[in-house]
Order: sequence, then C-alpha cells, then structure tokens
Amino acid sequence: MSGKHANKVVASIADALAPLRDGMTILVGGFGLSGNPEALIRGVLERGVRDLTLVSNNAGNLGKGLAQWLHAGIIKKVICSYIGNNEDLHTRMASGEVQVEITPQGTLAERMRAAGAGIPAFFTPTGVGTVVEDGKETREIDGRRYLLERALHGDIALVRAQTADHFGNVRFWRTARNFNPVMATAARLTIVECDRLVANGTIDPDDVHLAGIFVHRIVHVPEHENAFEYRTVRKR
Amino acid sequence: MPYSTEDMARRAAREIPAGSIVNLGIGLPTQVADYLPANHAWLHSENGLLGMGPFPYEGEEDPNLINAGKQTVTVLPAGSTFDSATSFAMIRGGHVDLAILGAMQVSASGDLANWAVPGGKVMGIGGAMDLASGCRRVIVLMQHTTKKGEPKLVARCDYPLTATRVVSLVITELGVFEPTGEVFRIVELADGDGLKFDKLFVTSG
Repeated sequence: MSGKHANKVVASIADALAPLRDGMTILVGGFGLSGNPEALIRGVLERGVRDLTLVSNNAGNLGKGLAQWLHAGIIKKVICSYIGNNEDLHTRMASGEVQVEITPQGTLAERMRAAGAGIPAFFTPTGVGTVVEDGKETREIDGRRYLLERALHGDIALVRAQTADHFGNVRFWRTARNFNPVMATAARLTIVECDRLVANGTIDPDDVHLAGIFVHRIVHVPEHENAFEYRTVRKR
Repeated sequence: MPYSTEDMARRAAREIPAGSIVNLGIGLPTQVADYLPANHAWLHSENGLLGMGPFPYEGEEDPNLINAGKQTVTVLPAGSTFDSATSFAMIRGGHVDLAILGAMQVSASGDLANWAVPGGKVMGIGGAMDLASGCRRVIVLMQHTTKKGEPKLVARCDYPLTATRVVSLVITELGVFEPTGEVFRIVELADGDGLKFDKLFVTSG
C-alpha cells in the first residue's frame, strides 16, 4: 500500500512526536490513570515544549501520568471534567499558573466526537440551569431547554491502544478505551501507542474499535507501567 | 435509631426494580451494590462499562478495568465496554433507568447540588451533571446534615447546582423524603414514631 496511509509505523516516540510545537492543543486519552499513553506522555516531557493546552478527563493523579506535565510547567491551560485529589492541578490552578476549564464529562466527550464528525456545535440538556450555562446560547426545543456547546479540535491526539495493525486499525482493552477513540477522531495528527503491533488482516474487520482512517502514526510500546489508581479487592 | 450507612444502602437497593440499568455514584452509593440480589440489575459505570461486577479477588486486579471512582472492578457475563461518548449517549439519551447519587444539598423542588462547596476546593464536575439530567430517575443517598450540622434538605439550594428538578427521592439516616415542590413529603422515618419532629424540622431548613 502507498500514499498517506502507508508507513504509519514509526521507530520511536521521538519520531512520532516530531511535529509537536509550543502552544499546541493536545488531546490525551485515558480516564484517571487507566488507558494512558504513558510513553507518549513521557516523550512530550522530553521534547521540552511549553504553553500546551491539554484536553483530558483528569490531567493525571497521584503525581503520575499527565500530572508530570503539570510538574514540568509545560501546560498553560487544561480542559478537563474532574480534578478530584490531583494536587498538582489544584496548586497550579490556585496560583494562576494553569488556567482550568471544567466541562461536564459527557459534554467533554461529545465535543471531541462532534469535532471528529464535522459538527461545529450541538445542543445538550447537560448543565442547563447551572454555571455551565453561563455565556452560552440556549434554546427551547420541544418544550425542553438546551445549551449550545462547541466542538473541540486538537492539533495532536495521543492514544493508547491494546492492539494496532499497520493501517492503524485499533482495539482497546476493557475500560482503557474511555476517551481514546473520540480523541483520535478530533485531531489533525493522531498518534497511537500500542501494546501489540500486528500484521494487517490480523484484526477481523468486525472487531475493529477505531478504524485506521483516524490514525496517522503508530508506535509499538510493549512495556507499560499501567499504574493502579485505587486498588480495591474482595475477600476470597 | 437513625439508619446506619448499611441500612441506607440497603434501603436504596430496594428502590431498584429487577432488570434495571443503574448508575451508582462515587462514595456511599457505590455500597448499594452490596445489597442487590445476584443478577438483579445491570450496573453502568460512566467510564465505559455496563454489567459491572464486584471488586476482584486479590491477584486478579486489572488497572485497566475500573469503575468511575477509579477503583478496580470486574465485568459480569454479558457485560460490555465502550468509549466515553457512547457511555454518555446511554446516559443523556435516557437509556439508564436510575442514578443513585450523593449530594451536598437537595431542594424541595428536586434541585440537586453535588459538585462544589461555595468557597471550597473545586473537585470538578465529572459525570454528575450528565447523570443528574440524563438518567430517567435520580435518587439521592446522603447524610441528613453537613458535618457542621447544617441542613442538606433545603427550600432552595445555595450551593452551585448540578441540575434542576431531577431528584425524585432522598434517603438519609433519618428517613426517606420526597421533594414535592414546596416541601419534602416524609415517606418513612428511620425511627418511626420515636423520631423527634423538632430535630427533623431543624435539620431540614
């Protein structure tokens, strides 16, 4: 195969991140520390860029994952749904070092879904009558009030996959899927970090979770930390 | 005697019809699962899981199989996993029958405040607003007063709102209450006739 969908597999994280520049908007998959593109997150740190806008559900936790970007001072703005116990974000939000836009989680996911699907904005019932409505257009449709939310595009999306083929067809594992597929659709450049890289034709077409049309670069990263955020068990 | 947290969770479990799709919020609502009969309901977790099972046995934890509180969980037979946009389509689209959520304040008209304390640390919204406005029924499970003893069942919420006119039932350690518009209707009292009404009125400002 030739053309733009050929040779997506790159040799290193550094190669994959070559187009990264100061001031870019970066969409990162993951929910808490689950489904994080760990090697790409580290790779961005090593590049020494700054003034990034980060779009991610949590922006890390426990000093891990995207919290490392906060530590390094490379983020100027975070768009997320939840901060929780992420002290790295709390302190930088309080000091004004990082601007934080908090968005309801479903609205956050839908903003990227819309961006990837060519829909510039959408009406949603979520947030009506709350501070989320402030400054937004509202409309009553069939007797219920909705507010207008805008699509959210990124320059680069960083995605963690369990399995990818060379075309970029992807499968995820369990709840590590989370925001990864919508992030992949909404950026000009989508980079996938996969645990397993397989030959084209290995993944049955009916089993593809994210079609390769949305993927531009693939890096094979067999080893991951896969950090536990809260390890809970029951007695045998 | 007021309800214990176990009593409260057990009472909330009784509100779940067989075969329903239920989302249990973080904290006390998560414990409601412990009082559901096997195969009674389908638990939905907004990070992308339907058919959530109990915590795993030690040694079987998977950091990439978690609930919305980021705790390790399991998935039951016929369970499914999906992306966040699909998960919130289920919620916003009215496919989730019931949400049982914690709260900071509930008003007599069913307004819910459960994501921020004025002047407090902003923890974020997470899935709270989508769940509150999208699920077909919302039940609140919470303590009757704040740690300082301030009422949490109020005429009007003065905490930042999560959604308006969505709560259909409130379960606290003092009983079960239904927002009816102007007032809360007492559905049942934990202490029956023994409960001092002056306390109930004082704590439901």
